[in-house]
Amino acid sequence: MSQKPVKIKEKKAAERVGNFEEVVCGYSEEEALQESGRCLQCKDPACISGCPVGIDIKKFIFQISAKDYRGAYLTMREKNNFPSLCGRVCPAEYQCRKACVLTRKGSPFASEQAINIHFLERFIGDYGIVNKVGVRANKDADLSKYKVAVVGSGPAGLCCAGELARCGIKVDIFEGLHKSGGVLRYGIPPFRMPRDILDFEINYLQELGAKIFPNLIIGKIKSLQELFAGGYAAIFLGLGAGTPSFMGIKGENLCNVYSANEFLTRVNLMSAYKFPQAHTPVNIGKSVCVIGGGNTAMDSARVALRLQKINAIPLNTTILYRRTEVEMPARRPEIEHAREEGLQFKFLVKPEEFCADENGFVKKLRCLQCKLGEPDSSGRRRPIPIEGSDFEVNCDQAIIAIGLKANQILTRVTPELKTDKWGDLVVNPQTMETSVRGVFAGGDIVGGEGTVIEAMGMAKKASLAIIDYLKKK
Amino acid sequence: MKIINKKILSQIQGAKVTRIEVAAPGIAEKAKPGQFVSVMVSGEGERIPLTVVDKDEEKGTITLIFQEVGLTTKLLGKLDSGDSLYALAGPLGHATELKNYGKVVLVGGGVGIAEIYPVAKGLKHAGNFITAILGARTRELLILEEELKRVSDELYIATDDGSYGRKGFVTDVLKDLLNYKLPTTNYQLIYAVGPIPMMKKVCLVTKELNSKTIVSLNALMVDATGMCGCCRVTVAGETKFSCVDGPEFDGKAVDWDELEKRNRVYADKEQHICRLR
Repeated sequence: MSQKPVKIKEKKAAERVGNFEEVVCGYSEEEALQESGRCLQCKDPACISGCPVGIDIKKFIFQISAKDYRGAYLTMREKNNFPSLCGRVCPAEYQCRKACVLTRKGSPFASEQAINIHFLERFIGDYGIVNKVGVRANKDADLSKYKVAVVGSGPAGLCCAGELARCGIKVDIFEGLHKSGGVLRYGIPPFRMPRDILDFEINYLQELGAKIFPNLIIGKIKSLQELFAGGYAAIFLGLGAGTPSFMGIKGENLCNVYSANEFLTRVNLMSAYKFPQAHTPVNIGKSVCVIGGGNTAMDSARVALRLQKINAIPLNTTILYRRTEVEMPARRPEIEHAREEGLQFKFLVKPEEFCADENGFVKKLRCLQCKLGEPDSSGRRRPIPIEGSDFEVNCDQAIIAIGLKANQILTRVTPELKTDKWGDLVVNPQTMETSVRGVFAGGDIVGGEGTVIEAMGMAKKASLAIIDYLKKK
Repeated sequence: MKIINKKILSQIQGAKVTRIEVAAPGIAEKAKPGQFVSVMVSGEGERIPLTVVDKDEEKGTITLIFQEVGLTTKLLGKLDSGDSLYALAGPLGHATELKNYGKVVLVGGGVGIAEIYPVAKGLKHAGNFITAILGARTRELLILEEELKRVSDELYIATDDGSYGRKGFVTDVLKDLLNYKLPTTNYQLIYAVGPIPMMKKVCLVTKELNSKTIVSLNALMVDATGMCGCCRVTVAGETKFSCVDGPEFDGKAVDWDELEKRNRVYADKEQHICRLR
């Protein structure tokens, strides 16, 4: 048994920053076998409890080591309909890998030694795609007479739809945009989530019988009452956290100050990196400042670096973050990838004001230096601005990635849906049912921004409750 | 999303305004005056907002009117009856508050005339006395005169070159109406849609007066569902999203200079892509 973790191959930074192709190459069969061989097959595997959807990790890793890839795929699909997606975007270092017995006790995230569960998951997911290992619906005659509406086709909506469709329930997914996938499409860049993989996983849903209707904004074109009247026995809301937050500082509406959502939507959903072949434009600056320390900030910064490279602009993109690297919520590998690609970091910085040139374009960003104080409610040390520490940085483009709030298009017109002070839906934590009978919810619209797999975990819980609800009907 | 009907309303001096009727039964059922849709001409195209000018619930169609100003509107102009849009979503934005205000002046400039038409119709239906002021560069570019005549109690026209109606701007007519003809308090609402300089001027005219001024803004948008904030505009010192908080705002509180600048943020790219075609 090899004790050394099998490192994943990645495209060279200098090369990959010039395009939008996937950065992380998957394991080869040999590598997957070698890595799966390191698994201790614990009697009481902790990794499974670290997985929000409870994949039988021990079993599928064993199946890989026995070269039963098909079996491994089926094991995975029992709990997760999207292994190729999750294997790419799950923050495994905070979840299954952190729970792995090979992680040092008390470590804030997974040790290097921990089994690379996510890479194995991706290997198996991609094996399933290439070898067309379909999973049959396990149709339940009692349930197949029901029709359920899923609002939103992001991680939560897709997951819930998959779970329901597998039981033979007719599922209609309503998506407001012209393409499905939600944040997987508009938020996560192709170099982290290749579009063919995303399309495959979504197509698979349709093979299970789920139907996707794009361009339909529930709350605008149809109300929840109208959905029920249209014959849906239950409704799942995966509305997402679609509204970008701004800092509320001076000059935030200057030209070339973007929300991360706008910047990423232009590039990822509308393909602005292919302008003029794609018609949606995006500007790219010579000194790009990305404000924030999460995954969205990393994605924005890495997109900015690529646009600079493609447009022959010397790479100059900087992350400005209020705290230090340790407190950054972004995934560790993404921080590393970004750094390799030439991203600069300025820590302990609080933006104060964007300053304009004569045409109303941002030119400078005035900041304050911070120091770390006592831990706040998030458990991280609070940044405290230091008075009189003002300094300016060059900034002809800013991307604000400080977080997202609930999308309120539906909740605003549906007062019977109870929301909390952030505009998120209030649900019964056991069933994910909202204040409206038969209406369930999951993902970022419940409890605010989280990860793809957390959204899927909630959606899964909701799907079980929906099945229960239908059976009792 | 199929185009059922197409008519070129005006075409002169490189300006072309087209009206299309599009099959969209769901939107036709729900759309109210003041609302808009998001349109994509092709898969690689942009999403652009267009006002729902009219609708026919029975036929299940909506009417859109656009002037060819950039690549997307040019491509849209190339579609014919029988062609389909790639994507169409709506109705978006808040609807106009249609109530009996009393006397209302509606000011429409250029293709903005198309946007005041459904509002004029709705406000007329709500029992208002409607005065419409239509402005265009020249007579041939004036659209929907007949339609607006039908729903207005008074109609004034101004053309920049004096080829039709009064020579001058819509604001000249508005100024006269507000200053001389009647006591200003007689107008409970001024509603204006048109190019930014026009709306800005209308608000300057009404600023000193006690009449409410609503404008419908044409900020740049991407998703048009509140997701990106591209369309943000400062109103009374607060940042608003035109798509979900608007498109109508209190015109006197809008930061016009900011909006004007933000709407030009891709001017060079727009020129570039249009030159390529």
